[in-house]
Amino acid sequence: MEIGIGHYLTVAACLFTLGMLGIFLNRKNVIIILMSIELMLLAVNINFVAFSYYLGDIVGQVFTLFNLTVAAAEAAIGLAIVVVYYRNRGSIAVEDINMMKG
Amino acid sequence: MALTAGFFYLFAVLSVVAGVMVIVAKNPVHAVLYLILAFFNAAGLFILLGAEFLAMILVIVYVGAVAVLFLFVVMMLDVDFAELKAGFIKNAPVGLLVGGIVLAELILLFVGRGFGLAVTHPAAAAAHAAGVTNTQALGLVLYTRYVYFFEVAGLILLVAMIGAIVLTLQHKVGVRRQSIAAQVARRPKTAVEVVKVASGEAIVPASDGQS
Repeated sequence: MEIGIGHYLTVAACLFTLGMLGIFLNRKNVIIILMSIELMLLAVNINFVAFSYYLGDIVGQVFTLFNLTVAAAEAAIGLAIVVVYYRNRGSIAVEDINMMKG
Repeated sequence: MALTAGFFYLFAVLSVVAGVMVIVAKNPVHAVLYLILAFFNAAGLFILLGAEFLAMILVIVYVGAVAVLFLFVVMMLDVDFAELKAGFIKNAPVGLLVGGIVLAELILLFVGRGFGLAVTHPAAAAAHAAGVTNTQALGLVLYTRYVYFFEVAGLILLVAMIGAIVLTLQHKVGVRRQSIAAQVARRPKTAVEVVKVASGEAIVPASDGQS
């Protein structure tokens, strides 16, 4: 059976949904939420590369490169915030993050 | 072609299973390790799609840097993760409902339409036949047409690095640090004192250093 773009997009859809589900299921744990966001970004990257291959256009891969950059920056800043928060409050539970009463 | 299909299903199934394990693993260290497995399998999918450079970047940057960063933070924070797991079952129904709806919509869209794309685009095959490797092709556009975007990406990384350092750097009070300016400004007049000692006498230095 020939592997078409639909197969790759289905895998990416599964990964994206898993990332979203992870945010729903682990809504107390910031670190798992960050990991779920990484999964969603990975799914988006698979979509970009699949379209880049099947359209014969390299720009999708260029955008994936920028996507990776942003994802790395986001992970670094997010984890830094988690570390600072843990140092100040001794907890990383999401419902404890209410100092600003937003 | 059967080999390609076999590898595709291997990588696809493994990445999805690893994704499931990321969100259901009890121990967050295991979750990070499954995340690494998912990244490796996604890199395999990238290689099947002819994006070797991005596959290597994924392994080097994600597995080598981001996932290890997660691992460091998980191990550094002394948190009771079992307690954070508490609402898992309670949140499951609504999560599964929303997730199922989104997945059904996406798969209906992708499989139903299929986008009418050929299995391999002629342009990609032609570029491959001309001997242009993936890395070369990427560099040819990245450093010409998209050079400003490339520099902005570097700027984003710089800002992220400075931000992370500023956030996590802490100055401990009560730690004696080296003061190079004070050391350089030190002169014999301020550092050395010549004292006449009478024979048989002793000099007991006072607490402030002056006798």
